[in-house]
Amino acid sequence: MIDAILSYEFLQNAFAAGLIIGVIAPLLGVFIVVRRLSLIADALSHVTLAGIAGSLYLSQSVASLAMLNPLFLGIAASVGGSVLIERLRSLYKHYEELAIPIILSAGIGFGAIFISLAQGFSNDLFGYLFGSVSAVSREDLSIVAGIAVVVLAFIYFFFKELFVLSFDDEYARASGLPAKWVHFMFMIVTALVIAGSMRIVGILLVSSLMTIPVATAMRVTKSFKQTIIMSIVFGEISVITGLVTAFYFDLAPGGTIVVTSIFLLLLVIGYKKITVSLNKGAIA
Amino acid sequence: MVAPLIDIKDISFEYEQTKALDNISMKVEEGDFLAILGPNGSGKSTLLKIMLGLIKPSKGKIELFGVDAKNFKNREWIGYVSQKSNSFNSGFPATVEEVVAGGLAKKTGLFHRLPKSSHQQVAEALKAVGMEDFMGRSVSELSGGQQQRVFIARALVAKPKVLILDEPTVGVDHQNVQAFYDMLASLNRDQNITLVLVTHDVDTVTDRITHVACLNQTIHFHGFKEQLHTMSDEQREAWYGHSVRKIHHIGGSHA
Repeated sequence: MIDAILSYEFLQNAFAAGLIIGVIAPLLGVFIVVRRLSLIADALSHVTLAGIAGSLYLSQSVASLAMLNPLFLGIAASVGGSVLIERLRSLYKHYEELAIPIILSAGIGFGAIFISLAQGFSNDLFGYLFGSVSAVSREDLSIVAGIAVVVLAFIYFFFKELFVLSFDDEYARASGLPAKWVHFMFMIVTALVIAGSMRIVGILLVSSLMTIPVATAMRVTKSFKQTIIMSIVFGEISVITGLVTAFYFDLAPGGTIVVTSIFLLLLVIGYKKITVSLNKGAIA
Repeated sequence: MVAPLIDIKDISFEYEQTKALDNISMKVEEGDFLAILGPNGSGKSTLLKIMLGLIKPSKGKIELFGVDAKNFKNREWIGYVSQKSNSFNSGFPATVEEVVAGGLAKKTGLFHRLPKSSHQQVAEALKAVGMEDFMGRSVSELSGGQQQRVFIARALVAKPKVLILDEPTVGVDHQNVQAFYDMLASLNRDQNITLVLVTHDVDTVTDRITHVACLNQTIHFHGFKEQLHTMSDEQREAWYGHSVRKIHHIGGSHA
């Protein structure tokens, strides 16, 4: 495997991008899960689909856009979607969750229109839906690395504000923290991570890399920082195992990564059950 | 003359079309332990939220430490403890230390990491509420009363001058309510922290407070608790409706 990675540039790109995503998706995912925003990640990933499909269609029908990297329109759609979700959430204050099905179905709707308008990018589209080991270009890798720098800087500089906002948003606002702006930036950064992760994990499975490793970590950790560290550890194990399996068995990496993370989750749940019942037995 | 810590001037507020507060004026001075009392829906929590800047009044203005609330920058001088059940996600994966350190976020400032001394500051705040042994515990493992003490420690860690509490004993079991108010009274007495409290525990709290405000959309009484007996029966009925219960602790026999 190591030889193959050293020999082929596409594998180097896929593994480097995968390792980066294995850090940033669960890192941001911890905040998404504890803030109960998991479904928003799903809505944004479907909006990204509209951007990607729109870009693939444009590159077919407009000659000057033939070389346009679909990631750019995907990122634009995702960021635009996050802004729209926030607008809708403030418009429907008592039904904030309404924003999710509206944006999610709008994303699929536009995506379906662009896919049916264009013909013959089914292979590309399959890669965007479920991830691809072979399709990650150097440009994609640079975009993912750029997004990672933004995410890490954001978490580093706003960690305490994000923590307080996640734990108790009313307290955050009452104590004078710029809760509204931090939340807005958080949504933008989430949109960036979703757009950046989908080359490896795929649009349909990107939110699972942000949530399943966190769900696994939360079974075994006590503190917030431990949860972050363990989420990244479970995320990286899933990405590495998933990419290796995908490469050897010629499978979509999105599928193998997510199935690995589900397997880890079940393993940890089982381990916790056994240790709890052993402890109970010892006490009795 | 020292400005009041909180000066509410002719505040009104409506929820959609319904009037919640009508021309409220009230001052909170340094050292007060003020209980805001009133029936359900009387606007108590709304008034606290206006004091905290969480909602804007439709009329009137509020001054904090002599400064118009809109221009008031030192929010860390005002600590806040909300109803636990309102905003806290009970399964949140965080230790007591992490939660209490969150109270230093505003004081530390944007773009800065918490200082190394925050560990010591958190330990001191937890000691003040009798929770120093719980620093490394997960906050979700604690009882309702213990969690509420942690939230007071979070409010105290930035060394506020005023502590605003919205029904802090909701979810605290009955035996611990007395001890909880004793702790608040000692914060007021020994650390000179001004306290503003909304509560339903009228019987329990009356021995500890210094001031009372009787609210039901308007202020029906505000002053030393010993003066509450000057309220007439009509005033009391206007404040609490027909079912006024007599409380013998406050300045004689009163609502």
